[in-house]
Amino acid sequence: MSSGTLWAVVLVAALGCYALKLAGLSVPAAWVERPWVTRVVEFVPAALLAALVAVQAATTGPELVVDGRLAGLAVAALALALRAPFIVVLVLAGATGALVHVLTG
Amino acid sequence: MPAARTATLRDAVGLGLAVGLYGVAFGAAADAAGLDVWQALALSALMFTGASQFALVGVLGAGGSGLAAIGSALLLGTRNTVYGVRLAPLLAPRGPLDRAGAAHWVIDETTAMAVAAPDRELGRLAFWATGATIYVGWNLTTVIGALGASGLGETAQAALDAVVPAAFLALLWPRLQRGRPEAAVQRRVAVGGAVVALLLTPVVPAGVQVVAAVVAVALAGRPRGVGAR
Repeated sequence: MSSGTLWAVVLVAALGCYALKLAGLSVPAAWVERPWVTRVVEFVPAALLAALVAVQAATTGPELVVDGRLAGLAVAALALALRAPFIVVLVLAGATGALVHVLTG
Repeated sequence: MPAARTATLRDAVGLGLAVGLYGVAFGAAADAAGLDVWQALALSALMFTGASQFALVGVLGAGGSGLAAIGSALLLGTRNTVYGVRLAPLLAPRGPLDRAGAAHWVIDETTAMAVAAPDRELGRLAFWATGATIYVGWNLTTVIGALGASGLGETAQAALDAVVPAAFLALLWPRLQRGRPEAAVQRRVAVGGAVVALLLTPVVPAGVQVVAAVVAVALAGRPRGVGAR
Protein backbone atom coordinates (compact mmCIF):
# COMPACT_ATOMS: atom_id res chain seq x y z
CA MET A 1 0.00 0.00 0.00
CA SER A 2 1.46 3.37 -1.00
CA SER A 3 2.03 6.10 1.55
CA GLY A 4 -0.72 8.20 -0.07
CA THR A 5 -3.25 5.37 0.20
CA LEU A 6 -2.22 4.79 3.80
CA TRP A 7 -2.79 8.44 4.57
CA ALA A 8 -6.23 8.28 2.98
CA VAL A 9 -7.12 5.23 5.09
CA VAL A 10 -5.83 6.92 8.25
CA LEU A 11 -7.74 10.16 7.63
CA VAL A 12 -11.03 8.60 6.46
CA ALA A 13 -11.09 6.21 9.43
CA ALA A 14 -10.22 9.02 11.85
CA LEU A 15 -12.95 11.24 10.44
CA GLY A 16 -15.47 8.40 10.61
CA CYS A 17 -14.60 7.59 14.23
CA TYR A 18 -14.93 11.26 15.15
CA ALA A 19 -18.34 11.43 13.44
CA LEU A 20 -19.48 8.43 15.51
CA LYS A 21 -18.45 10.23 18.71
CA LEU A 22 -20.11 13.48 17.67
CA ALA A 23 -23.30 11.65 16.70
CA GLY A 24 -23.67 10.37 20.25
CA LEU A 25 -23.62 13.90 21.66
CA SER A 26 -25.93 15.19 18.93
CA VAL A 27 -28.74 12.76 18.13
CA PRO A 28 -31.80 12.23 20.33
CA ALA A 29 -31.07 9.49 22.86
CA ALA A 30 -34.06 7.46 21.66
CA TRP A 31 -32.36 6.88 18.30
CA VAL A 32 -29.49 5.04 19.89
CA GLU A 33 -31.03 3.57 23.01
CA ARG A 34 -32.97 0.84 21.29
CA PRO A 35 -32.42 -2.57 22.87
CA TRP A 36 -30.94 -4.15 19.74
CA VAL A 37 -28.55 -1.25 19.14
CA THR A 38 -27.15 -1.26 22.67
CA ARG A 39 -26.96 -5.04 22.52
CA VAL A 40 -24.92 -5.09 19.31
CA VAL A 41 -22.63 -2.30 20.56
CA GLU A 42 -22.11 -4.15 23.84
CA PHE A 43 -20.85 -7.29 22.11
CA VAL A 44 -19.13 -6.09 18.92
CA PRO A 45 -15.82 -5.30 20.69
CA ALA A 46 -15.50 -8.84 22.06
CA ALA A 47 -16.02 -10.38 18.60
CA LEU A 48 -13.65 -8.01 16.81
CA LEU A 49 -10.91 -8.00 19.43
CA ALA A 50 -10.97 -11.79 19.66
CA ALA A 51 -10.80 -12.01 15.86
CA LEU A 52 -7.80 -9.69 15.89
CA VAL A 53 -6.10 -11.76 18.61
CA ALA A 54 -6.58 -14.90 16.52
CA VAL A 55 -5.51 -13.36 13.22
CA GLN A 56 -2.46 -11.61 14.67
CA ALA A 57 -1.33 -14.66 16.64
CA ALA A 58 -2.02 -17.54 14.29
CA THR A 59 -2.12 -16.43 10.66
CA THR A 60 0.28 -15.15 8.03
CA GLY A 61 -1.51 -14.00 4.90
CA PRO A 62 -4.07 -16.68 4.01
CA GLU A 63 -2.36 -19.42 6.06
CA LEU A 64 -2.75 -20.62 9.61
CA VAL A 65 0.68 -20.57 11.22
CA VAL A 66 1.96 -21.79 14.58
CA ASP A 67 5.07 -19.93 15.76
CA GLY A 68 6.42 -17.85 18.62
CA ARG A 69 3.44 -15.51 18.50
CA LEU A 70 1.10 -18.25 19.70
CA ALA A 71 3.53 -19.16 22.50
CA GLY A 72 3.71 -15.49 23.43
CA LEU A 73 -0.10 -15.31 23.47
CA ALA A 74 -0.34 -18.31 25.79
CA VAL A 75 2.14 -16.68 28.19
CA ALA A 76 0.20 -13.40 27.96
CA ALA A 77 -3.05 -15.19 28.83
CA LEU A 78 -1.38 -16.78 31.85
CA ALA A 79 0.01 -13.42 32.95
CA LEU A 80 -3.41 -11.76 32.56
CA ALA A 81 -5.04 -14.54 34.58
CA LEU A 82 -2.49 -13.83 37.32
CA ARG A 83 -3.46 -10.13 37.14
CA ALA A 84 -0.08 -8.97 35.91
CA PRO A 85 0.08 -5.29 34.86
CA PHE A 86 -0.32 -4.50 31.16
CA ILE A 87 3.34 -3.71 30.60
CA VAL A 88 4.47 -6.99 32.23
CA VAL A 89 2.05 -8.93 30.01
CA LEU A 90 3.54 -7.35 26.87
CA VAL A 91 7.15 -7.82 27.96
CA LEU A 92 6.56 -11.50 28.78
CA ALA A 93 4.80 -12.08 25.44
CA GLY A 94 7.61 -10.34 23.56
CA ALA A 95 10.33 -12.25 25.41
CA THR A 96 8.57 -15.52 24.63
CA GLY A 97 8.27 -14.65 20.95
CA ALA A 98 11.95 -13.71 20.79
CA LEU A 99 12.99 -16.89 22.61
CA VAL A 100 11.02 -19.14 20.26
CA HIS A 101 12.54 -17.27 17.31
CA VAL A 102 16.07 -17.83 18.60
CA LEU A 103 15.42 -21.51 19.40
CA THR A 104 13.71 -22.36 16.10
CA GLY A 105 15.37 -19.84 13.78
CA MET B 1 -15.73 20.09 48.02
CA PRO B 2 -12.06 20.90 47.27
CA ALA B 3 -11.13 17.47 48.65
CA ALA B 4 -13.57 15.80 46.26
CA ARG B 5 -12.15 17.84 43.36
CA THR B 6 -8.60 16.87 44.30
CA ALA B 7 -9.57 13.20 44.53
CA THR B 8 -11.29 13.36 41.14
CA LEU B 9 -8.27 15.04 39.56
CA ARG B 10 -5.88 12.54 41.15
CA ASP B 11 -7.89 9.57 39.85
CA ALA B 12 -8.18 11.11 36.40
CA VAL B 13 -4.46 11.80 36.10
CA GLY B 14 -3.58 8.37 37.50
CA LEU B 15 -5.78 6.63 34.95
CA GLY B 16 -4.41 8.84 32.19
CA LEU B 17 -0.83 7.89 33.00
CA ALA B 18 -1.69 4.18 33.13
CA VAL B 19 -3.55 4.29 29.82
CA GLY B 20 -0.68 6.25 28.29
CA LEU B 21 1.41 3.07 28.48
CA TYR B 22 -0.83 1.49 25.85
CA GLY B 23 0.35 4.20 23.47
CA VAL B 24 3.81 2.65 23.33
CA ALA B 25 2.27 -0.66 22.27
CA PHE B 26 0.11 1.13 19.70
CA GLY B 27 3.06 3.04 18.23
CA ALA B 28 5.01 -0.19 17.94
CA ALA B 29 2.06 -2.00 16.35
CA ALA B 30 1.59 0.84 13.86
CA ASP B 31 5.23 0.63 12.90
CA ALA B 32 5.00 -3.15 12.50
CA ALA B 33 2.01 -2.63 10.18
CA GLY B 34 4.02 -0.34 7.89
CA LEU B 35 2.79 3.07 9.04
CA ASP B 36 5.36 5.81 9.51
CA VAL B 37 5.66 7.85 12.69
CA TRP B 38 3.49 10.66 11.35
CA GLN B 39 0.69 8.31 10.36
CA ALA B 40 0.80 6.65 13.78
CA LEU B 41 0.69 10.07 15.43
CA ALA B 42 -2.15 11.22 13.16
CA LEU B 43 -4.22 8.24 14.31
CA SER B 44 -3.60 8.99 17.99
CA ALA B 45 -4.22 12.72 17.58
CA LEU B 46 -7.22 12.58 15.22
CA MET B 47 -8.90 9.22 15.76
CA PHE B 48 -8.08 9.04 19.48
CA THR B 49 -9.91 5.84 20.37
CA GLY B 50 -7.54 3.03 21.23
CA ALA B 51 -9.38 -0.11 20.17
CA SER B 52 -10.25 1.34 16.74
CA GLN B 53 -6.64 2.44 16.23
CA PHE B 54 -5.33 -1.00 17.17
CA ALA B 55 -7.88 -2.62 14.86
CA LEU B 56 -6.93 -0.40 11.93
CA VAL B 57 -3.22 -1.17 12.18
CA GLY B 58 -3.99 -4.81 13.00
CA VAL B 59 -5.91 -5.30 9.77
CA LEU B 60 -3.31 -3.41 7.73
CA GLY B 61 -0.54 -5.42 9.41
CA ALA B 62 -2.30 -8.64 8.38
CA GLY B 63 -2.18 -7.42 4.78
CA GLY B 64 -5.80 -6.31 4.74
CA SER B 65 -7.29 -3.72 2.41
CA GLY B 66 -7.90 -0.12 3.38
CA LEU B 67 -11.66 -0.71 3.34
CA ALA B 68 -11.43 -3.64 5.74
CA ALA B 69 -9.19 -1.57 8.01
CA ILE B 70 -11.59 1.38 7.99
CA GLY B 71 -14.56 -0.96 8.52
CA SER B 72 -13.09 -2.61 11.61
CA ALA B 73 -12.11 0.78 13.08
CA LEU B 74 -15.64 2.13 12.55
CA LEU B 75 -17.31 -0.97 13.97
CA LEU B 76 -15.28 -0.61 17.17
CA GLY B 77 -15.98 3.13 17.15
CA THR B 78 -19.75 2.62 17.40
CA ARG B 79 -19.55 2.18 21.16
CA ASN B 80 -18.39 5.79 21.47
CA THR B 81 -21.76 6.82 20.00
CA VAL B 82 -23.52 5.09 22.87
CA TYR B 83 -21.11 6.72 25.34
CA GLY B 84 -21.94 10.10 23.82
CA VAL B 85 -25.64 9.54 24.38
CA ARG B 86 -24.91 8.67 28.01
CA LEU B 87 -22.64 11.72 28.45
CA ALA B 88 -24.76 14.34 26.65
CA PRO B 89 -26.96 15.26 29.63
CA LEU B 90 -23.94 15.34 31.95
CA LEU B 91 -21.69 17.44 29.72
CA ALA B 92 -24.56 19.59 28.43
CA PRO B 93 -22.37 21.18 25.76
CA ARG B 94 -23.02 24.87 25.13
CA GLY B 95 -23.24 25.35 21.40
CA PRO B 96 -21.71 23.46 18.48
CA LEU B 97 -18.07 24.34 19.25
CA ASP B 98 -18.24 23.06 22.81
CA ARG B 99 -19.96 19.93 21.53
CA ALA B 100 -17.38 19.39 18.78
CA GLY B 101 -14.56 19.73 21.30
CA ALA B 102 -16.11 17.42 23.87
CA ALA B 103 -16.89 14.80 21.21
CA HIS B 104 -13.21 14.21 20.46
CA TRP B 105 -12.63 12.95 24.00
CA VAL B 106 -15.64 10.61 24.24
CA ILE B 107 -13.87 7.29 24.85
CA ASP B 108 -14.03 4.30 27.25
CA GLU B 109 -11.98 5.87 30.03
CA THR B 110 -13.47 9.38 30.06
CA THR B 111 -16.99 7.90 30.05
CA ALA B 112 -16.21 5.51 32.88
CA MET B 113 -14.69 8.30 35.00
CA ALA B 114 -17.45 10.82 34.28
CA VAL B 115 -20.30 8.39 34.93
CA ALA B 116 -18.69 7.14 38.16
CA ALA B 117 -18.28 10.65 39.61
CA PRO B 118 -20.56 11.44 42.58
CA ASP B 119 -22.22 14.50 41.02
CA ARG B 120 -22.59 16.34 37.73
CA GLU B 121 -19.92 18.99 38.34
CA LEU B 122 -17.34 16.40 39.37
CA GLY B 123 -18.44 14.29 36.42
CA ARG B 124 -17.59 17.11 34.04
CA LEU B 125 -14.27 17.67 35.79
CA ALA B 126 -13.48 13.95 35.58
CA PHE B 127 -14.33 13.91 31.87
CA TRP B 128 -12.09 16.85 30.94
CA ALA B 129 -9.21 15.94 33.28
CA THR B 130 -9.16 12.30 32.16
CA GLY B 131 -9.48 13.31 28.51
CA ALA B 132 -6.65 15.85 28.70
CA THR B 133 -4.25 13.53 30.55
CA ILE B 134 -4.90 10.58 28.27
CA TYR B 135 -4.71 12.72 25.14
CA VAL B 136 -1.27 14.10 26.02
CA GLY B 137 0.10 10.77 27.29
CA TRP B 138 -1.35 8.70 24.46
CA ASN B 139 0.11 10.89 21.71
CA LEU B 140 3.48 11.17 23.42
CA THR B 141 3.84 7.43 23.97
CA THR B 142 2.62 6.68 20.44
CA VAL B 143 5.62 8.56 19.07
CA ILE B 144 7.96 6.79 21.51
CA GLY B 145 6.58 3.38 20.48
CA ALA B 146 6.71 4.11 16.75
CA LEU B 147 10.26 5.47 16.88
CA GLY B 148 11.45 2.72 19.21
CA ALA B 149 10.06 -0.05 17.02
CA SER B 150 11.58 1.15 13.75
CA GLY B 151 15.09 -0.13 13.20
CA LEU B 152 14.72 -3.27 15.27
CA GLY B 153 16.75 -6.41 14.53
CA GLU B 154 15.19 -9.71 13.50
CA THR B 155 14.87 -11.15 17.00
CA ALA B 156 13.41 -7.90 18.34
CA GLN B 157 10.98 -7.98 15.40
CA ALA B 158 9.89 -11.48 16.43
CA ALA B 159 9.33 -10.11 19.93
CA LEU B 160 7.21 -7.27 18.58
CA ASP B 161 5.19 -9.73 16.46
CA ALA B 162 4.31 -11.56 19.69
CA VAL B 163 3.53 -8.32 21.55
CA VAL B 164 0.77 -7.22 19.14
CA PRO B 165 -1.66 -10.14 19.68
CA ALA B 166 -0.90 -9.97 23.42
CA ALA B 167 -1.91 -6.29 23.39
CA PHE B 168 -5.24 -7.18 21.74
CA LEU B 169 -5.77 -9.91 24.33
CA ALA B 170 -5.10 -7.39 27.11
CA LEU B 171 -7.75 -5.09 25.60
CA LEU B 172 -10.23 -7.96 25.37
CA TRP B 173 -9.53 -9.55 28.77
CA PRO B 174 -11.46 -7.20 31.10
CA ARG B 175 -14.63 -7.72 29.03
CA LEU B 176 -14.59 -11.45 29.77
CA GLN B 177 -14.13 -11.30 33.53
CA ARG B 178 -16.74 -12.33 36.05
CA GLY B 179 -18.50 -9.32 37.44
CA ARG B 180 -18.99 -7.80 34.00
CA PRO B 181 -22.64 -7.96 32.99
CA GLU B 182 -23.18 -11.07 30.88
CA ALA B 183 -19.55 -12.17 31.02
CA ALA B 184 -20.58 -15.63 29.81
CA VAL B 185 -22.17 -14.18 26.67
CA GLN B 186 -19.09 -12.00 26.10
CA ARG B 187 -16.92 -15.11 26.26
CA ARG B 188 -19.11 -16.99 23.78
CA VAL B 189 -19.03 -14.03 21.41
CA ALA B 190 -15.23 -13.77 21.75
CA VAL B 191 -14.66 -17.46 21.06
CA GLY B 192 -17.13 -17.23 18.17
CA GLY B 193 -15.33 -14.20 16.72
CA ALA B 194 -11.94 -15.91 16.88
CA VAL B 195 -13.26 -19.14 15.31
CA VAL B 196 -15.07 -17.30 12.49
CA ALA B 197 -11.93 -15.26 11.74
CA LEU B 198 -9.65 -18.31 11.62
CA LEU B 199 -12.10 -20.32 9.48
CA LEU B 200 -12.40 -17.47 6.98
CA THR B 201 -8.68 -16.65 6.84
CA PRO B 202 -7.80 -19.06 4.00
CA VAL B 203 -10.80 -18.10 1.86
CA VAL B 204 -11.37 -14.33 2.11
CA PRO B 205 -9.06 -11.37 1.35
CA ALA B 206 -6.89 -10.42 4.33
CA GLY B 207 -8.68 -8.25 6.87
CA VAL B 208 -12.19 -9.20 5.77
CA GLN B 209 -12.24 -12.07 8.28
CA VAL B 210 -11.87 -9.54 11.12
CA VAL B 211 -14.88 -7.48 10.03
CA ALA B 212 -16.85 -10.66 9.28
CA ALA B 213 -16.25 -11.86 12.84
CA VAL B 214 -19.09 -9.58 13.99
CA VAL B 215 -21.51 -12.31 12.84
CA ALA B 216 -20.45 -13.98 16.08
CA VAL B 217 -22.56 -11.36 17.85
CA ALA B 218 -25.64 -12.65 16.04
CA LEU B 219 -24.62 -16.29 16.50
CA ALA B 220 -23.60 -16.19 20.15
CA GLY B 221 -24.78 -12.85 21.51
CA ARG B 222 -28.28 -13.89 22.44
CA PRO B 223 -28.83 -14.27 26.15
CA ARG B 224 -29.71 -17.82 27.07
CA GLY B 225 -33.39 -17.96 27.96
CA VAL B 226 -34.57 -19.51 31.21
CA GLY B 227 -34.82 -23.25 30.74
CA ALA B 228 -33.24 -23.15 27.28
CA ARG B 229 -30.37 -25.58 27.53
